[in-house]
Amino acid sequence: MATILEDSKYDPQRDLKVVGSNPVKHDGLDKVTGRAKFGADYFLPGMLYGRTLRSPHPHAIIKSIDTSAAEAVPGVKSIVTRDDFPEIDPGTVAGEMTRTAMAREKALFDGHPVAAVAATTDAAAKQALKLIKVDYEILPHVIDPVDAMQPDAPILHDYIRTKGLDEPSDKPTNITERLITEMGDVEKGFAEADVIVERDFDSKPMHQGYIEPQGCVAEYSDDGQVELWCCTQAPFVYRDRLSAILKMESAKINVQQSELGGGFGGKTGFYPEPVAILLSKKAKRPVKMVLSRNEVFRGTGPVSATNYTIKMGVTKDGKITAAQGHLVFQTGIFTGSMYFNGPNAMFTRYNFENIHIESFEVVSNRPKVNSFRAPCVPQIVFGVEGVIDELARKIGMDPIDLRLKNAATEGYTTVYGETLGPIGFVETLQAAKDSEHYKSLVKDGEGRGVAAGFWFNRGGETSTSMNIAPDGSVTIITGTADVAGSRISIAMMAAEELGIDVDKVRITMADTNSLGFNRVTAGSRTTYSVGMTVVDNARQCIDQFVKRAAEIWDVPEDAVVYENGECRPAGANVGNFEPLTIADITKQTTMSHGAVTASASMNVTGAGPGFGLHIVDAKVDEETGRTDITRYTVVEDAGKAIHPLQVEGQYQGGAVQGIGWALNEEYVYGEDGRLQNASFLDYRMPVTSDVPMIDTVIVEVPNPRHPFGLRGVGEVPVVPTMAAIGNAIGNAIGVRPQSLPMSPPKLLEIIDNRNS
Amino acid sequence: MAKKVHVTTTVNGDDYEYLAEPGQTLVDVLRNNLELTGTKEGCSTGDCGACSVILDGELVCSCLVLAAETDGKSVETIEGMADGDNLHPLQRNFLDLNGLQCGICTPGFLIAAKALLERNPDPTETEARFWLAGNLCRCTGYDKIVRSVMAAAEEMRGA
Ligand code: FES
Ligand code: FES
Repeated sequence: MATILEDSKYDPQRDLKVVGSNPVKHDGLDKVTGRAKFGADYFLPGMLYGRTLRSPHPHAIIKSIDTSAAEAVPGVKSIVTRDDFPEIDPGTVAGEMTRTAMAREKALFDGHPVAAVAATTDAAAKQALKLIKVDYEILPHVIDPVDAMQPDAPILHDYIRTKGLDEPSDKPTNITERLITEMGDVEKGFAEADVIVERDFDSKPMHQGYIEPQGCVAEYSDDGQVELWCCTQAPFVYRDRLSAILKMESAKINVQQSELGGGFGGKTGFYPEPVAILLSKKAKRPVKMVLSRNEVFRGTGPVSATNYTIKMGVTKDGKITAAQGHLVFQTGIFTGSMYFNGPNAMFTRYNFENIHIESFEVVSNRPKVNSFRAPCVPQIVFGVEGVIDELARKIGMDPIDLRLKNAATEGYTTVYGETLGPIGFVETLQAAKDSEHYKSLVKDGEGRGVAAGFWFNRGGETSTSMNIAPDGSVTIITGTADVAGSRISIAMMAAEELGIDVDKVRITMADTNSLGFNRVTAGSRTTYSVGMTVVDNARQCIDQFVKRAAEIWDVPEDAVVYENGECRPAGANVGNFEPLTIADITKQTTMSHGAVTASASMNVTGAGPGFGLHIVDAKVDEETGRTDITRYTVVEDAGKAIHPLQVEGQYQGGAVQGIGWALNEEYVYGEDGRLQNASFLDYRMPVTSDVPMIDTVIVEVPNPRHPFGLRGVGEVPVVPTMAAIGNAIGNAIGVRPQSLPMSPPKLLEIIDNRNS
Repeated sequence: MAKKVHVTTTVNGDDYEYLAEPGQTLVDVLRNNLELTGTKEGCSTGDCGACSVILDGELVCSCLVLAAETDGKSVETIEGMADGDNLHPLQRNFLDLNGLQCGICTPGFLIAAKALLERNPDPTETEARFWLAGNLCRCTGYDKIVRSVMAAAEEMRGA
């Protein structure tokens, strides 16, 4: 049988019974009753509590670590430092991962782990931390990415040489890479423009802000087998990376994912997990480690800070003729920011012919950045969509019309070389224009802004298996982490394909020993990719049902059809047989033929790109600089919404995260290089009373490569948010802010300058 | 080590007796001594509301209460919210209206909302939003949480 990647086609005529409805999530009941187990909720007999000592210095040589006094604390069972980690060269991927888990030659940021203790009680572990003596030689530090690029900046790693320079240099530097992304001829494009706008922008790091701190329990057994329970977006990736830095075989590390209390990209890489494994190995007892909120802020990845310039040109009648960017991305202490998403996505959604973008990635003394929804894109779109609005104003065109005029359509080849298939950007813009919100009058004293966004959407390596129980009920084993409720959507697609009720399908999240490799849940890949493999599983099972029914009836296989969860004769001439349900078939044949099962492992391709447009009304208090969002609408193409309430939830959650990033959230460092706002009190995320209801419009332009037409929806909702809010604020106060977050002090300064 | 404190309390109507460290918080005891892990700990500083419980009828952050302070008092947690198989209307509305995504904030929101509706059975949306402002959710954007609470309030008033 051909796999689904070869024969899957979206069928617009198909009559869908389950897909498109809103059943209660299968994981919901445990979550409203407190039974669901998250990363911190596992207990094993004999379990110890682990705690981490972190560097208070942003940049310091670690001359020595003396743990003797800590070892003497009653209850302390093991202590690990850099000496317990295998030696791996710096400047390699594994070398940087091991140095993220535990500082080696140097402490490289405020909050960098330098030692860890496991003890019989949490109190004993904390007491022991205080007795560890670390001798530091403090070095000059650099926090700001632009400062870090200066020739006299402290060099943080002696091995970095900038990649991608026209003339390679052998000088150590903090600039890891330079990248040119281009098409057409921007000079020619600018020559054709009637109006050119060029603006500088910057953004600060924000944190993913998941409410569940990283938590895990590790058990190292004497035969070298590791069991690890943890909250993760990437159980298989954790396993393989742990294998690389601990120098153990992957098969000896079994990662069991817990329920995940939010990740948004921030749980795609591990933090305490390797430390807990080594503590357990030394203590010969299971070790639990749960980070505090302070550790989450100081030690785990925020997103890239950026400094950049955008220049664009437009003709009087609204054709954008050239688009240029000069971008600096701060990656934290190690490379790996995925900054290239920025140049690849920043203009994609428009049919531009002339593009030139120069990007730099820079290290500084902060934790290595981690992914966050559409990594490295929203903070750049903040500037791009601001410039587009300014162009629209200057030529006197409606901002959505200007975007429509330049919208990419099927057949456009993007700056990263992909020729787009059927996409829903024009439909999204049109739906926004037709929305009640956009047609309504802007209230007195408020400003309205719009902005558009794009994300590639991803596929990737995915494995699932399906088991039909003798009573006909269905279990599916998946290994791609469920970060927000993908399980129900996956169960729905399986139920649709099998023609049965979704309550007959149950999903189990596999440990890594139970299934083939699954890529990380990221990039809006999960519902799409796992949807493909479970539909493939279902088709394999249906083939077996048909074979077995044919055998029961003693007729050829092509005389049996499968429909609505049962096999029946293809026509009256086949014979007069009562239809056989799945349960009829499995009851009669499991003993003779074994269980009906299927598995699928594939590298899923064909993810359809996603597009959105946000409409925001905002009011700025000119006395205090505080912005209130008074109305918000997300319009986005979902391809097909499998579970519309879940899709709306993605749109609404992304928008509110973006509201936080737009108005408040930032990392504040002191002169000493220490993070000054490592708590939810000082790092202020939006709360219920800060935001209005978030209206949603789900546009459905099916992805032809998916049996139900779906596109990923997880990333796009945050992409245009800050830009749309910036444009709304600009229209409210008359000056468009260019620096994120647009916090009260910054807006007051803009208002002061405007008035003087 | 300082001497432990003997605590007698009821949790969800069940009697408990335990020894706590003098500095041990209620959330720590609930989760680690009593293994009632439905109450979550997101910050330990009173800023996220994940640890919300009801102590003698008052909504509190259990990370800001010492276990020793609860001697002789009664604690209600998420594990006691449903009446056997019958979910509380808040729980059912959160399920029906998708008031949760990852679910880590859900116990805290449910407990806080229960305390709201006990005090004010007919809150306006604004009142509900201000009452729930002590609970952080990073997934939902709050829209469906607020809708779930308003729908439960209406249902409870009708009942
Ligand atoms: S854990 Fe108590 S408020 Fe956050
Ligand atoms: S549902 Fe995830 S934090 Fe609220």
